[in-house]
Amino acid sequence: MSSEVSRGAELARRGRLPPERVALVDLLDRLLAGGVVVTGDLVLSIADIDLVRISLRVLITSVTESTKIEPESFYEPVWK
Amino acid sequence: MTEIGTYVYAIARDADSPDPSGLEGVAGAPVRTVEQAGLVAYVSAVPLDQFGEEPLRRSLENLDWVADTARAHHHVVETVSEAVATAPVRLVTVYTGEEQVGALLERRHDAIAEVLSRVAGRSEWGVKAYAEQVLSPPPSSGDDQGTENPGTAYLKRRQANLRDRNDAWRHAVGEAERVNAALAAVAVASRRHRPQDPELSGREEWMVLNGAYLVDDDRADEFATTLDALRGQGLDLELTGPWAPYSFTDIDLNEASDEL
Repeated sequence: MSSEVSRGAELARRGRLPPERVALVDLLDRLLAGGVVVTGDLVLSIADIDLVRISLRVLITSVTESTKIEPESFYEPVWK
Repeated sequence: MTEIGTYVYAIARDADSPDPSGLEGVAGAPVRTVEQAGLVAYVSAVPLDQFGEEPLRRSLENLDWVADTARAHHHVVETVSEAVATAPVRLVTVYTGEEQVGALLERRHDAIAEVLSRVAGRSEWGVKAYAEQVLSPPPSSGDDQGTENPGTAYLKRRQANLRDRNDAWRHAVGEAERVNAALAAVAVASRRHRPQDPELSGREEWMVLNGAYLVDDDRADEFATTLDALRGQGLDLELTGPWAPYSFTDIDLNEASDEL
């Protein structure tokens, strides 16, 4: 437990992890649910691709007691 | 002869944006910039036999391909975001050409500038909270053992087990709420991602919080201190970051419906 504490603090102090150390699943959480979304005629990969992205997101997601009941809005950003 | 599309990684303000030379994007392609209206988009050419809609649908089902693409995308976003305020673009956004990307920067300048100003001087931190799963109840020591029908005893144990699990789950979720609220208080924005599947998180415990927090850089220490103070109270807390502000730039620049 204490090693966990120092690891977190150490991580925070050291700054960014090298890309190869970033857990793929943490990265996909962000890449599949975040970022600027561009839609429109000039974009080649859209429509069906979004559906694949959503199913990919489902793949990395755990279906638990909580995810079954939370509405979509539960996962939206909250700004102060 | 393969047709070429333009893959977009991230958008930033023109001023002080890093030179992309030497930077490699998806499929090893050199990263270039498209500059327009004081904004800059980081892009690279991608072959449409891999990144066109039809092949992409198949590629996205190949986890190795997704992993390579995600890491390449992330590498470009990180490089830019270490230097300037950055709006990452959703994974696998491919345009017909660089001119079209320039036109996007021009037309949607105000919306993009607004997003950039909200993340400037701030970083995203990830905090995941795990709770120990209640797997089996302690063996019953009641007097009725032995005298009761074994089937009834089994059902009773099973019910008690489920009750324990539910209680433990509800308790852990309540604790996660508390952690989330304390961290959100130090952040300018917060967001939950869905809990990760145990097979992929590599941990058997319940993930009861998969949070993202946008924190002013000059409050990063305070955030870390707040997190450390929440440790040792039942949930195991895991910190990741700082991240480029992926979770706080998810606007939809819908060009089709933007005609005024």
